[in-house]
Amino acid sequence: MTQELTQAIVELREADALAMVDRKLAEGVDPVAILAECKTAMDTIGDKFAAGEAFIPELIMAGEIMSGVSARLKPHLQSTPADDDKLGVVVIGTVQGDIHDIGKDIVVTMLDIAGFDVVDLGVDVKVDEFVTAAREKGAKIIAMSCLLTSAIDSMKKVVAAAREAGLNDTKLMIGGAPITEQVVAYTGADGYGKDAVEAVELARQWIGEA
Amino acid sequence: MAFTEDWKDLDARQRYEARMDAWANPAVEFESDAVRQQYQDRVQLFRDAVELKKPARVPIAPWMSLFPGLSQGLTAKETYYDYAKLADAWMKFHAEYRQDVLAFSINIVPVHIYDALDYRLYDWPGHGVGEDSGYQYNEAEYMKADEYDLLIADPSGYWQRFYLPRVIGAFEPWATLDPFTDLVEGPTVGPFFIPFGTPPVQEMLKKMIDAGNAAMEWIQNFSAMDAKATAKYGLPGFAGGVTKAPYDILGDTLRGTRGLMLDVFRQPDKVLEACERLVPLAIDWAVRSNDKTRHPFVFIPLHKGADGFLSDADFRTFYWPTLKKVLQGLIDEGLVPLCFAEGAYNDRLEAIHDEEIPAGRMIWMFDATNMSEAKRHLGGYQCIGGNVPGALLTTGTVQDMDDYVRQLIEDVARDGGFILGSGIVIDEAKPECVKQMIEAGLKYGAQA
Repeated sequence: MTQELTQAIVELREADALAMVDRKLAEGVDPVAILAECKTAMDTIGDKFAAGEAFIPELIMAGEIMSGVSARLKPHLQSTPADDDKLGVVVIGTVQGDIHDIGKDIVVTMLDIAGFDVVDLGVDVKVDEFVTAAREKGAKIIAMSCLLTSAIDSMKKVVAAAREAGLNDTKLMIGGAPITEQVVAYTGADGYGKDAVEAVELARQWIGEA
Repeated sequence: MAFTEDWKDLDARQRYEARMDAWANPAVEFESDAVRQQYQDRVQLFRDAVELKKPARVPIAPWMSLFPGLSQGLTAKETYYDYAKLADAWMKFHAEYRQDVLAFSINIVPVHIYDALDYRLYDWPGHGVGEDSGYQYNEAEYMKADEYDLLIADPSGYWQRFYLPRVIGAFEPWATLDPFTDLVEGPTVGPFFIPFGTPPVQEMLKKMIDAGNAAMEWIQNFSAMDAKATAKYGLPGFAGGVTKAPYDILGDTLRGTRGLMLDVFRQPDKVLEACERLVPLAIDWAVRSNDKTRHPFVFIPLHKGADGFLSDADFRTFYWPTLKKVLQGLIDEGLVPLCFAEGAYNDRLEAIHDEEIPAGRMIWMFDATNMSEAKRHLGGYQCIGGNVPGALLTTGTVQDMDDYVRQLIEDVARDGGFILGSGIVIDEAKPECVKQMIEAGLKYGAQA
């Protein structure tokens, strides 16, 4: 019974999963327990992605199911689930000169489900916006995305601006199709994730270290 | 109008011969017989590569976008907007960079026409992106999830009445027009033309005239620019038409990446039906343009089928079958599909080696695909090429370029069937790196 919902989400049976959530809520099941089942499912999908058994559509579909679940649970939750347990603030965006959002959005969903407090600045985000948001929100991580090779310089500028602003406790992560170790070195960022799963893994490592 | 008078009687091979012959003998006043010979030698390099023979040397065809303008000191905005400056840069670029094809002028998108129409699908310098940025695609769900039946019933009508009013500001009034297929009998003519009497539609028609005038100016400048470079430097174009995989038309143009990915889970049958419906349109699109340009290659940029974007099973179900039908339809017309597999295609190599597509009749240009694996799967079956990484062209050194190209040719070009090219379409890059990619191709490709 407890694994039924987990399995429906892992198999991306959207209608089944949402019907189960409705039924559980009607039966008086604790929404926090329902959320825990969902999290187990999302971890499994993340593992399958890392193992090359699931792909971007599966991550997006899983995220879509999770939005549906969250919308159903929200009225039943006393507060945002365990705010105290949030892992920390991640300020994220696609850098200036680039408007591609699909990869960034997947990372947002995955970080959110993993328990980070995600501040999504959107696309074509100016250098100052990253730095200001990171300072105001007390971000532990700034995460930058791009698809265009020409936007790599924007990442470099954000790294320089964050250093200059004295955000010494904020780690800088980059990601996107053109990113390699060479690009990490070029921009001066602290690291990169090859994909959304690696990005979450890296964020967890950094927060663990902190 | 058919390509030749006896077109209907020709088989696919004869049509291919006719198109190759037309390509080798264009209506161009070459500067000299020597230049004409250079042109024909280059066409032969590509023809040999396609036919899996060993060319006299490896043909070199990097994808160019803004680079010919930027490398000659123009801004992105000038490259798009200023025809005179572009034409000047174009000739200087071709004098300096000794590639075997004309730079890809279709990538210098016609922004004057976009201005006339309030085109919303792209951002371009001064319209959403800065003066030094290339055009970018505004992806959205221009087709709604519940509109598949409208598309499937009548693609042209769908485009006119739903898609175009959403992506082209000037076309908003088109949504009020009836479908042209209403014009079946005399009495229907009256009601059909009523909207054309309204101020918004008449305003739209005026904007279309402005766009038409801008298009004439664009084609005169661009064809003159390309013809001049061909006549002086003996450079053939790399493609004479464009089409897309039906799944990409759905994903890029209509539903957006995210929308289509969700549709594959939520309404897979509709996705398949829509892809099938788009096959004849995708073939016809290319045939009409290639008949006009008299060039056999059809550029097909591939987007949503890359590694990671679909499982192998979904690639074989949703992406490949209708792309394959398009490829077969083009080959049947004597055309040469020039697929550009953007991203990585490592997981697709097995699926795309499909014996139902005749050998030696198309080209696979790759980006981040492992080229030795590509050669292992496709060698002796179809021509392959591309792959010189964008990151290397932007952050590498001259020595890096030389090493990379030497190794690439060593690995996959020794027995022919290979075209040297870039993995990405080049906007910004280090000029010395682009130059060295080409020079290394000339040096090592001759020994290949």
